Amino acid sequence: MLHRSHIYGVMGEFSTTEELIHATEKIREAGYRRVNAYSPFPVEGLAEALGLKRNMVAPICLLGGLAGGLGGFFFQYWVAVIAYPQNIAGRPLNSWPAFIPVTFELTILGAALSAVFGMLALNKLPQPHHPVFNVPRFTHASSDRFFVCIEAKDPKFHTEECARLLQQLHAHHISEVPDD
Amino acid sequence: MSAGQPPLDSPEIRRLSPVLGPGYTYGSVTEKISSIVLTRPTSLGWFIGFAIAFSLLGLMTVAIGWLIIKGVGIWGINIPIGWGFAIVNFVWWIGIGHAGTLISAILFLLNQKWRTSINRFAEAMTLFAVACAGIFPLIHTGRPWMAFYMAPYPSTMGLWPQFRSPLIWDVFAVSTYGTVSLLFWFVGLIPDLATLRDRSIKKPAKIVYGMLAMGWRGSARHWHRYQSAYLLLAGLATPLVLSVHTVVSFDFAIAIVPGWHTTIFPPYFVAGAIYSGFAMVLTIAIPLRKAYGLEDFITMRHLDNMAKVMLATGLIVAYGYFFEFFMSEYSGNKFDVFLVQQRLHGPYAPFYYALILCNILTPQLLWFYKMRHNVAVLFIMSIVVNIGMWLERFVIVVISLTRDFVPSAWGRYSPTFWDWATFIGTMGMFVTLIFLFVRVLPAISIAEMRELVAETNEEKQ
Repeated sequence: MLHRSHIYGVMGEFSTTEELIHATEKIREAGYRRVNAYSPFPVEGLAEALGLKRNMVAPICLLGGLAGGLGGFFFQYWVAVIAYPQNIAGRPLNSWPAFIPVTFELTILGAALSAVFGMLALNKLPQPHHPVFNVPRFTHASSDRFFVCIEAKDPKFHTEECARLLQQLHAHHISEVPDD
Repeated sequence: MSAGQPPLDSPEIRRLSPVLGPGYTYGSVTEKISSIVLTRPTSLGWFIGFAIAFSLLGLMTVAIGWLIIKGVGIWGINIPIGWGFAIVNFVWWIGIGHAGTLISAILFLLNQKWRTSINRFAEAMTLFAVACAGIFPLIHTGRPWMAFYMAPYPSTMGLWPQFRSPLIWDVFAVSTYGTVSLLFWFVGLIPDLATLRDRSIKKPAKIVYGMLAMGWRGSARHWHRYQSAYLLLAGLATPLVLSVHTVVSFDFAIAIVPGWHTTIFPPYFVAGAIYSGFAMVLTIAIPLRKAYGLEDFITMRHLDNMAKVMLATGLIVAYGYFFEFFMSEYSGNKFDVFLVQQRLHGPYAPFYYALILCNILTPQLLWFYKMRHNVAVLFIMSIVVNIGMWLERFVIVVISLTRDFVPSAWGRYSPTFWDWATFIGTMGMFVTLIFLFVRVLPAISIAEMRELVAETNEEKQ
C-alpha cells in the first residue's frame, strides 16, 4: 500500500457509458468533489454527472473573433487612408465595402485560432505526462474502456474507502494511481 | 447481399440501409480502423499506387522548376489570355476542397450521422486540394519568390497591399481556409492520435503519435471543452466555406469582362464547388473502402447520400448555367449576347457542350435508386463530374478572355506540354498525399465511430 502523499488517486474501470455515469453520480453523491472521468469518446451526460459548468472556450472564441474582425478592419483603414493613400479618380479613401471580405476572413481566423488554442490552453495541453498514465490498463481509455478516478486531493479521500466504494459500484479493475 | 434477402430496391432495405454495419463494439471499431495504420502490412497495391502518384509529383517538380528557370512563357498563356490553366486549375482544386468542409462542418451542425465515417478523409482531401490550389496562383505570378508582396508587412519601401482588390481578398480567403481546415482536421485527430499512441507497439510510432497527441487522456473535463471548441469550429467553418468560393468568384465577377460580370457567380460557384467536391469524395471513398474492406463503415447509405447531394448541387449548377444564358440574352447587352453565341458556336463550343453533357445531363441518372446503388456507376459518374467542373472553369476563363469587347483584342488559347505537366503533376501530389495519409493516420475518425456505436446501441434498447 502506497503512502498517501505518493498517490494521485484511486481509479476504477467500467465497460459501458451507463455504468460510468451511474458510478460518477454515486461518487459525487458520496461527497467526493475531486473526481474525474476518462472516456474514449465524449459521453453524453458525463459533464452533468461530474457537475461541470459552462466552460470558457466560447467567450475566448468571441474575443478572438472580435479582435480579428476589428483589428482586420482598422488595419485596412489605416493602410488605405493613413499609411498608403492612393487617390484613384477622387474616390473615397475609406472605401469600407471593399474591406469587408478581408475583415470577414480575419474574424473567422481570429475566432478559430482562439477557440483551438484556448481549448488546448484551458486543458493544459500539451502535457506529456500525467499520473493516470501510470495505470497499465489506462491504455484502454483511448479505445474501449471508461475510467473514474477519485483524486487524493479530495478532502474526504481515503484509499481503502474509495476502493470499497468503487467495488460497490461494480468497477472491473480498481487500481491505485501512483503520483510520480 | 446474399441470396434470400429482399431485392436491393425494396422499401424495406431502403429504410434499413444503415450508417454502420451490424455487430460492432468500441473495441472492434478501434481495432479495425487503427490496424490499417498500425499492424496491417503495407500492400503491394499501395506501393504501386504510391509509385505512380509519386512519379507524377516528380513531373510537377520538374514543371515548376522549368517554369522558375524560364518564366511563364513556357505556358500557353499570352495576352489576351493571361490566366489560362493556372486559374482554371486553381478554381477547380479550391472547389474540390469545399466538400470536405461541408461534410465536416455543415453536416455536423445538422447532426447528420452519416458524416461520421467520411469526414476525416474528406477533411484531408480538403487540405490537400487547398495545397494543390495554392500552388497555381503562386507560380502564376511568374516570380513566386516575390509572393510575399501580397502579405501586409511593414516594408522599407512603405508599400502596402491593395485591399480593394479581389486578388488580395483571395489571398486572405484561401489562407484562412487552409488554416481553419488544418485546425479542424487536427482537433478531430487528437483523440485518435492518442489511440494510436496507446496501441502502437513500435517505439518510434509511440513517440511520434505521442507527441502529436499532446498527452490527450480522454479526461471528461477535456472532452467538455473539446466539444465546445469543435462545435465552434464547425460553426465558423460553415460561413467560411461559403465565403471562400464567393471570394474566388469575385476574382471574376468584380471584373467587367463579358461572361464574368454577373451577380449569380457567388452562389453558383459555391454550389459548383460542393458538386465537384462530393464527386472527389466519391472518387476517393469508393477505392478506399474496397482496398481496406471498410464496406461496413462507408456503407451504401453514404454513397447514396453523397450521390443525392451531387444531384442537388448539380441541379443548382444547371440553374446557374440557365440563368447565365438567360440573363445575357435578356439584358440585350451586345457583348453579353455575343459571348453566349461564342459559347454555343465559337471555337471552344465543343468544350461548352461537353460541360453540359458532364455536369447537367449525365448526373440525371442519379435520380434512379439503382444507379445510386451501383458502385461502378457512381465511380464513373464522379469522374465525369470532376471533368465537367474542370471544363466549366475552362469555359469561363478562356471563352471570356478570348472574346472580349473589340475584335482586335481577340485571341486563341491552347495549353502547352508544361501546362498539362503542372496540372497532372498536382494530381500526383494530391494522390501522393492521400496515399501517405491513409498509411500513417486513421482515415476514419475512431472516436466518432465509437460515439456512433454508442448511439446505435442506445437505439436498439
